[in-house]
Amino acid sequence: MTEHTIKRFEDELTLLKEKVLSMGGLVEKAIQRSVRALLEMDSKRARKVIERDRAINALEVDIDNMTRSMLALRQPAAGDLRLIIATIKIVTDLERIGDLAESIAEAALQAEEHPINQFQHSLEELANKSVAQLQKALDAFAHNDVEQALAVIESDDKINRMFRSIQRENLTYMMEDPRQISNGLLATTIGKNIERIGDHAVNIAEMVIYIVKGHDIRHVDHQTAAALISGDLDEE
Amino acid sequence: MTTQTEPKDTQESIALSVRGLNFYYGDKQVLFDNTLDIARNRVTAFIGPSGCGKSTHIRTYNRMFELYKGHRAEGEILMDGINILDPKQIPALELRHRVGMIFQKPTPFPMSIFDNIAYGLRLHTNLGRKEIAERVEKALRGAALWDEVKDKLNQPGTALSGGQQQRLCIARALANEPEIMLMDEPCSALDPIATAKIEELIDELKRRLTIVIVTHNMQQAARVSDYTAYFYLGKLIEFGDTETIFTAPKKQETEDYITGRFG
Repeated sequence: MTEHTIKRFEDELTLLKEKVLSMGGLVEKAIQRSVRALLEMDSKRARKVIERDRAINALEVDIDNMTRSMLALRQPAAGDLRLIIATIKIVTDLERIGDLAESIAEAALQAEEHPINQFQHSLEELANKSVAQLQKALDAFAHNDVEQALAVIESDDKINRMFRSIQRENLTYMMEDPRQISNGLLATTIGKNIERIGDHAVNIAEMVIYIVKGHDIRHVDHQTAAALISGDLDEE
Repeated sequence: MTTQTEPKDTQESIALSVRGLNFYYGDKQVLFDNTLDIARNRVTAFIGPSGCGKSTHIRTYNRMFELYKGHRAEGEILMDGINILDPKQIPALELRHRVGMIFQKPTPFPMSIFDNIAYGLRLHTNLGRKEIAERVEKALRGAALWDEVKDKLNQPGTALSGGQQQRLCIARALANEPEIMLMDEPCSALDPIATAKIEELIDELKRRLTIVIVTHNMQQAARVSDYTAYFYLGKLIEFGDTETIFTAPKKQETEDYITGRFG
């Protein structure tokens, strides 16, 4: 895209994107650390994640201020408007992921009393998949990459299926041994939190498509979305 | 060339149908094959950088160009089946009654507020004194000016503020009961409050007539229009409903202009 005639606005848009990406980076780290704290029963690490959530929240407020002033002062249109609108939504998703990392870290602290050893392996795999989804979504945002965004949306089903299978597995442990119930519930909660990360990654990916293509593909089926993106179908 | 030459909603009634419009200033061609439909009782905005042909284009709708030597239009502009570019099909005077025009700078006549409107009526109609007074009041009310001037109708029109002068010109055009009102940068000489009043008036007027507005102010086009046409170098680049043009235009050129990445 050609440069903006108003250089300062161009700089602001670049800065906005950089801030979203650095918030994304913080959130990504928070998830990775919280999961590691959980798996390694590292309460020190878990407390650090909880502490660092403040930095994520501060960045959310900072970005919100920036988008608000850009809307008021620049009257953005078309692609610029879409980037700003999408940013407002992406930031909310990132902040929620930050909260999920915090919840996982809190669960890690509880896990000292309620060991979840037998679930470790499957939770780790689920976490790896979810974090990969988040990374891909942020990457798509960084490079306006529609293909990548679509890949994120399509892969979400795998994470959902994986979570359901963890749930079923937990259920069998709990049925076998009622003493496992509190551990099992904790593991299910953690699994749910990790699975939610994938959902937020999908939201971000949908916003990338909105930014690049101008189509809102939320709540439409895959076929309609594909038709919209390829330009075969006009939005109603 | 264009991605869309017709209003998106095919249910729209068409006030003007422009087909293959070319325009020449002597040997120099400045409009190239413009084709679009102007929807009735809607506001259509023409945007584009200076010299893109939007004013030239709008001035063909009432054959303003005829006033200048060597200016000529080719193609068709159909209004109720008649080609308004053809003097044999419709004389200029009748056309300009049916298609009124408002200019960038308010152009009140050097006479009283009342006479500014009554002058044309006296010239072109056989209306009596009382009927003329009624038509003047109706026109001033239609232009949302009546309440501000009803006690000083005999004062000179030129003594009004810029915004009021512009509304006086709109009232003068309304007195002819036109079907279409062309506005060429109607607010560029006005402050934000006077501009807001004109924009409010445009919204009111479109119930009764069709409006085509040329504006340099993109926010204004976004605020007041239902359809937007983007012109560049005499070509119609993109035409569509205003919301689409301003949120997700289909052409990169439109996107660049709308977002201020032009040139």
